[in-house]
Amino acid sequence: MGLLTRSRIKSPWLLHYDCGGCNGCDIEVVASLTPLYDLERFGIVNIGNPKHADILLVTGTVNYRNKRVLRNLYEQMPEPRLVVAIGACALTGGIFHNAPNTICGVDKIIPVDVYVPGCPPKPEAIIDGVILALEKLKTPNNSPLS
Amino acid sequence: MSTGWLVGSVIIAVIAVPLIGGLLRGIDRKLTAHMQGRIGPPIIQNFYDLIKLLGKKPMVAGKPQLVFAYAYLALIITAVVFFALRQDLLVVLFILCFACVCLVLGALSVKSPYSQFGGHRELLQMLAYEPILFLAVIPITLKTGGFPIANIFEYGQPLLPNLWLTFIALVIALDIVMRKSPFDISSSEHAHQELVRGVITEYSGPYLAIIELAHWYELVLLLAILGLFWVVGSLWWLSILIPLAIWFILLITDNICTRLTWSWMVKFAWGIGLSLIALNILIVNLGWI
Repeated sequence: MGLLTRSRIKSPWLLHYDCGGCNGCDIEVVASLTPLYDLERFGIVNIGNPKHADILLVTGTVNYRNKRVLRNLYEQMPEPRLVVAIGACALTGGIFHNAPNTICGVDKIIPVDVYVPGCPPKPEAIIDGVILALEKLKTPNNSPLS
Repeated sequence: MSTGWLVGSVIIAVIAVPLIGGLLRGIDRKLTAHMQGRIGPPIIQNFYDLIKLLGKKPMVAGKPQLVFAYAYLALIITAVVFFALRQDLLVVLFILCFACVCLVLGALSVKSPYSQFGGHRELLQMLAYEPILFLAVIPITLKTGGFPIANIFEYGQPLLPNLWLTFIALVIALDIVMRKSPFDISSSEHAHQELVRGVITEYSGPYLAIIELAHWYELVLLLAILGLFWVVGSLWWLSILIPLAIWFILLITDNICTRLTWSWMVKFAWGIGLSLIALNILIVNLGWI
């Protein structure tokens, strides 16, 4: 494993975007960033700025109003970038899948690397999802720079 | 000083200083984590961050941004080299000031409101600390008989016993330059506030790495300026220990303070900082009391 790959795995900066929904997943995302789990020991920082971020955490149902915002955030992130979709709503639309304004799934708008199911998923599952996304950086085929 | 000594100090200034700066930033994060009851990242975390940022795809909002990012780094390295060569202290501070202006211009060259906001606040921070930095040179000059840093080495005795009022003023100014709480007004360590990341919001990938590298140089240069106050005599090692102790105190204040308003900062810096220097000049240098 090269120094660059190692550094990428050791320093994932997160951006969290809530497309809408009940806020349950957001509370779990925020819970996973508390001192209890201390994600900074893995170099994970919630950076709140798409231009600095490496991993985009998406929660909630995408709809026709906010899909532009989601795509905009994704496009502002410099490559290599990863997307982790969190919760039933982000994955499939969840309980809102019948609603006329809902686009069922984040992957219909931007490419998703890891799906974390649950309503809401536990903080441990979210952390697992992020770690799983980092595994993708190890295989050179998935690295956009190679 | 011999030529070999000069070349050696320039090499140390350019290569060793960022390594020390990066490690200090890593220790900063580790200590902060421990103060908050966490384990924290490894102390070489900031090197991982830097390498990762260098390996990201370059994205810019406009070409002026690039010029100012490179200028910021180049000017800070120039200031560090001037310092290592024991040149004029005032010139070092002017170059540092110009470097900070480049950071502001880079932020203002982008239309993003967060970047603009950060740029304006950085100007306010400069308004607060620049007078202290420049005026702090006066008591030092009156004591040592000239602007060059070499004079401080030739002076023969430590400056701190006489100029401790100036030293305190400088610590206030340096806390503002380092953008630590309660003075993290133009950009904050963690981007959760209303200004996202202030001046550096719009920099990404390798250009953010350049800014980060410049911050490492800046941190060591600022601590070295504090070290000048006890650089000679038998206890010369205090010139390393005193800045580190001050840095640790600033770290504690960073953790126990919240961010305060810019108007409070300017009042505090000018009110306390400038009066301390004025008092120092009146009492010690002019011998009025």
